[in-house]
Amino acid sequence: MNMFQSIGEVFVLGWRTFLALPLAWRHRRKVFDQFFEIGNASLLMVCILSFFIGAVLVLQSGPVLVERGLANYVGGMVGITMCKELAPVMISVLIAGRIGSAMAAEIGSMQVYHEIDALRTMNINPVHYLVLPRMLALALALPMLVIFAIMVGWLGGAIVAASNLRIAIPMRPYFETMREIVEVGDVANGVFKSFCFALIVGVICCHQGMDTIGGPRGIGRSVTKAVVNSIIMIVILDYVLSRLLLE
Amino acid sequence: MNADPNHRGVKVSVRGLRKSYRGQEVLKGLGFEVQPGEVFVIMGPSGSGKSVLLRHLIGLESPDAGEIRIGDEPVSCAQTMHKYRLAMVFQSGALLNSLTVGENVGLYLAEHRTQSPEEIARVVSDKLAVVGLKGTEDRMPAELSGGMKKRVALARALVMEPQLILYDEPTSELDPLSAVVIAHEIVNLNRRIGVTSLVVTHERALAFGIAQRIAVMDAGQVLVTGTPDEIRRCGIAEVRKFLNADLNLVTKTQPS
Ligand SMILES: Nc1ncnc2c1ncn2[C@@H]1O[C@H](COP(=O)(O)OP(=O)(O)OP(=O)(O)O)[C@@H](O)[C@H]1O
Ligand SMILES: [Mg+2]
Repeated sequence: MNMFQSIGEVFVLGWRTFLALPLAWRHRRKVFDQFFEIGNASLLMVCILSFFIGAVLVLQSGPVLVERGLANYVGGMVGITMCKELAPVMISVLIAGRIGSAMAAEIGSMQVYHEIDALRTMNINPVHYLVLPRMLALALALPMLVIFAIMVGWLGGAIVAASNLRIAIPMRPYFETMREIVEVGDVANGVFKSFCFALIVGVICCHQGMDTIGGPRGIGRSVTKAVVNSIIMIVILDYVLSRLLLE
Repeated sequence: MNADPNHRGVKVSVRGLRKSYRGQEVLKGLGFEVQPGEVFVIMGPSGSGKSVLLRHLIGLESPDAGEIRIGDEPVSCAQTMHKYRLAMVFQSGALLNSLTVGENVGLYLAEHRTQSPEEIARVVSDKLAVVGLKGTEDRMPAELSGGMKKRVALARALVMEPQLILYDEPTSELDPLSAVVIAHEIVNLNRRIGVTSLVVTHERALAFGIAQRIAVMDAGQVLVTGTPDEIRRCGIAEVRKFLNADLNLVTKTQPS
């Protein structure tokens, strides 16, 4: 019962934020502030994470493919998995943990310490003031981070492919075979998925923040719930979107 | 200034207000009326439901039963908030911790786009000077003491030029001198713009010092309403007990 109520509230919050979109220009300062905060907090992590994901992908599958004479497919395999699946999902999970948790904590503490009440008494709509800028910044930043992650991941794979003796595919053929297989649509597919994940992470974490009750322990509880629910929803939505986009 | 109809206080009336939290009744059908431009003080012991009452008045909570009218509109409809300017000074201050003092005070003006940034900066420094915190614009709320936060919260409410202002324990946590400054400002503001002021407190000195009328509350009910003199002469036992409670224990236990 409680779960369904929360899901309903999440949808309502998402809808209210959507209706507030025309006010986005007025709040552009806050959007940019949030945007840069997201970038600052996560760019290095995104870089490391995607580099090693690309690297380990080649390390695990490279020898298997090369032994069977499929060396031509190493680049394409890394290209596709990275851009359609691994970068969007892993980066979104990372962002849920890094940024979503911070959003839930910040809004949660504002709720607990009556700051949101104070906003309401000043006739400032908390959805416009707090949720809209965060959602927009996330919806803008996450797809960009994913594009960046895709490229770093490809590069990570390329370096392992070239340097590992059991694989030994130089950079040039690696990227050439990748170009034959990966299309712009595949990258767009992954970027679109990450945009959807951004919306779901943003709305879940902001809602959970505003739903916080109790003192500091309540904030802690909210943060955990926000991150766990975000990750679960990312994984479920990933399947649904992949299925739909397959057509 | 007083001729401007927007700057006149509004009337507040509460009737049969009830609210329970998880089966525990906090407000038990209380009612009172505040005239436009009046300084009305609500006194009562801790936990009697004073803060909950204020949250209802400003529309943060909706009552289980009963009616609250501000001016001639019931509070429940969103229009009230747009039609009248209502401000509240929270018990804890409730400053936005991520903003500087100056941004906190200017928030209302900045968000409602009523004035240019220079104008806002001027108003902010004016209002901070009023509460005795000149030049603290760039500090963060976390760097302030509890009493200073409360004074910033008051400045933030002043900026709204409200028609009804609700104070939740405006002088608790303040030293006697600052308390006098704040009490002065409450009365001044009331005289200057004719704002209806509703002050919640358990400090008797403040209550009798500024009130035109006082209501004494206990356990979610209003025991008595009247002018300070009427309250002093009131015969109800709970009220007498509350008013006469004495901290002077040393001289009692050590007769010399
Ligand atoms: N959100 C809530 N949920 C449950 N109980 C609440 C809630 N808010 C207030 N109460 C209860 O209502 C009662 C009155 O609280 P309130 O904060 O109004 O007291 P108060 O008169 O302002 O006291 P103080 O002078 O200490 O500030 C308390 O017993 C409190 O436990
Ligand atoms: Mg209180």
